Amino acid sequence: MSVTDTRADDVYDAEEARRARARKVESVARWLLPMLVMVGTVLIWQWLVTAYQIPHYLLPGPFRVWQQLMTDWDMLSDALLVTLRITVMALSVAVAGGVLLAILFDQSRFAELIFYPYAVILQVTPIVSIAPLIFIYVKDPTARVLICAWIVAFFPLLSNTSLGLKSTDHNLRDLFSIYGASRWQRLTFLQLPSALPYFLGGLRIAGGLALIGAIVAEYVVGTGGAGSGLAFRILEASYRLNIPRMFAALLLIGVVGVAIFALTALVSHLMLRKWHESAIRRES
Amino acid sequence: MSDLLNRPTLPLGQRKKVLEMKDILKVFSGTVSALKGMSLTVNEGDFISLLGPSGCGKSTALRLIAGLMQPTQGRILWEGGQGRGDIGVVFQEPTLMPWATVARNVYLPFRLRKRSFASARGEIREALALVGLETFADAYPRELSGGMKMRVSIARALVTNPRLILMDEPFAALDEITRQKLNNDLLALKAKIGCTVIFVTHSVFESVFLSDRIIVMAARPGRVVEELQVGAHYPRDMAFRTSIEYAAHTSVVSKALLTAMGEGA
Repeated sequence: MSVTDTRADDVYDAEEARRARARKVESVARWLLPMLVMVGTVLIWQWLVTAYQIPHYLLPGPFRVWQQLMTDWDMLSDALLVTLRITVMALSVAVAGGVLLAILFDQSRFAELIFYPYAVILQVTPIVSIAPLIFIYVKDPTARVLICAWIVAFFPLLSNTSLGLKSTDHNLRDLFSIYGASRWQRLTFLQLPSALPYFLGGLRIAGGLALIGAIVAEYVVGTGGAGSGLAFRILEASYRLNIPRMFAALLLIGVVGVAIFALTALVSHLMLRKWHESAIRRES
Repeated sequence: MSDLLNRPTLPLGQRKKVLEMKDILKVFSGTVSALKGMSLTVNEGDFISLLGPSGCGKSTALRLIAGLMQPTQGRILWEGGQGRGDIGVVFQEPTLMPWATVARNVYLPFRLRKRSFASARGEIREALALVGLETFADAYPRELSGGMKMRVSIARALVTNPRLILMDEPFAALDEITRQKLNNDLLALKAKIGCTVIFVTHSVFESVFLSDRIIVMAARPGRVVEELQVGAHYPRDMAFRTSIEYAAHTSVVSKALLTAMGEGA
């Protein structure tokens, strides 16, 4: 779309009308089809369970899972809040850590040469294998889980932001030099805005990873006692063969994951919609 | 920016010197001479084209003048010293910040000098008016056509009222019609504000239409082979494009360029 465009009169030819219709159908189908698939799956699931009389300690029907969720709501919602809190905290620390490290690496080539390999090592070592050590060295249960979730989540933010800071238009860099810009001005007026789309891409990945990190960490190191998250509840329910509760907790984790993704996508859209190619709607 | 409009263009020979390049040598990675023995005097109101095949050092010359690199030997002397904002630059690409509006893009040179947007508003409006984009101040670059983006880029180069504007093949990526239009507009702009321009191009026609001096350059090593004057009076318009005078000049410049390339090969 260009500003110089002039709106044609409301004359549509057959092809345009067909295209408009297709667009309308697609906008509805985008929501409707996944919903239909979900409803269908739930119905088939329920039918399987009743028709074959599958005992609920093997596979509970969706209705039973829902009932369990309602019954255990107090306990599960507490667990949900714990997991959510850890995930959000880990993501915040990952954002701060990832972005600051990326800026440090960008400003100092030596810092990058020295520390980048360790960031990679931290990234490629499976969290499950480090978690027991963290369990030994860190006493505070929340801090344990937080550290694990952070280790999992920070790397995409670091690497994406680093890439973004390096991806500035070289002519703009020259222009900044010609006008005598300071390092700080170049960073804040040029590099950080250039890196924003990359950072937001990293944020979407990191959001999901923070949740995974929080869950895995809880499985391995546990939060213990009062502050028990969803992972702990799943483990506990599995020991008691309370399969419906496992499903109910799983459902909540899924909802949290989708919510985090939707939120990061929304933030990304809002920040980029005015100028970035990824957020611009094409006319045809 | 009131003084932007009141800078008279004196006839050649009476103009004040802006800068002088003295016997410049630029060597990259120890072996290749990107530029050898280049001397050039730039006077106020000059429109100088650097014309030559790729590798002739015309862009290197521009980067040296812009201070983006230092000459290996030789000196570039600014009359009265060089200050911030003495140079405006237009690149081959519009080189706009996509996240900023047109007005904010033009504001950049001031922003880097810590002037507030409010205090610079008058200059920004005036610069945009000079390129015919005053109504697009709040548009984002992506909403503009290629030619309009280029105009924003020119407005940004003009806004500080620089002593010298460097243009590095600014219209090379545009279609022929837009290119001719922008050439006309650039001359109109020059007539209005009397700016001094060094213009890098590989188009003989463009260089003849725009310049009063054409520096023909050759490659390997990058050097000046000939300096030609285009005596035709400004303002030049579409009629000039079809005139015998224009044809004669392009023929002379083309021949010089051919000779230069023959020597270089």
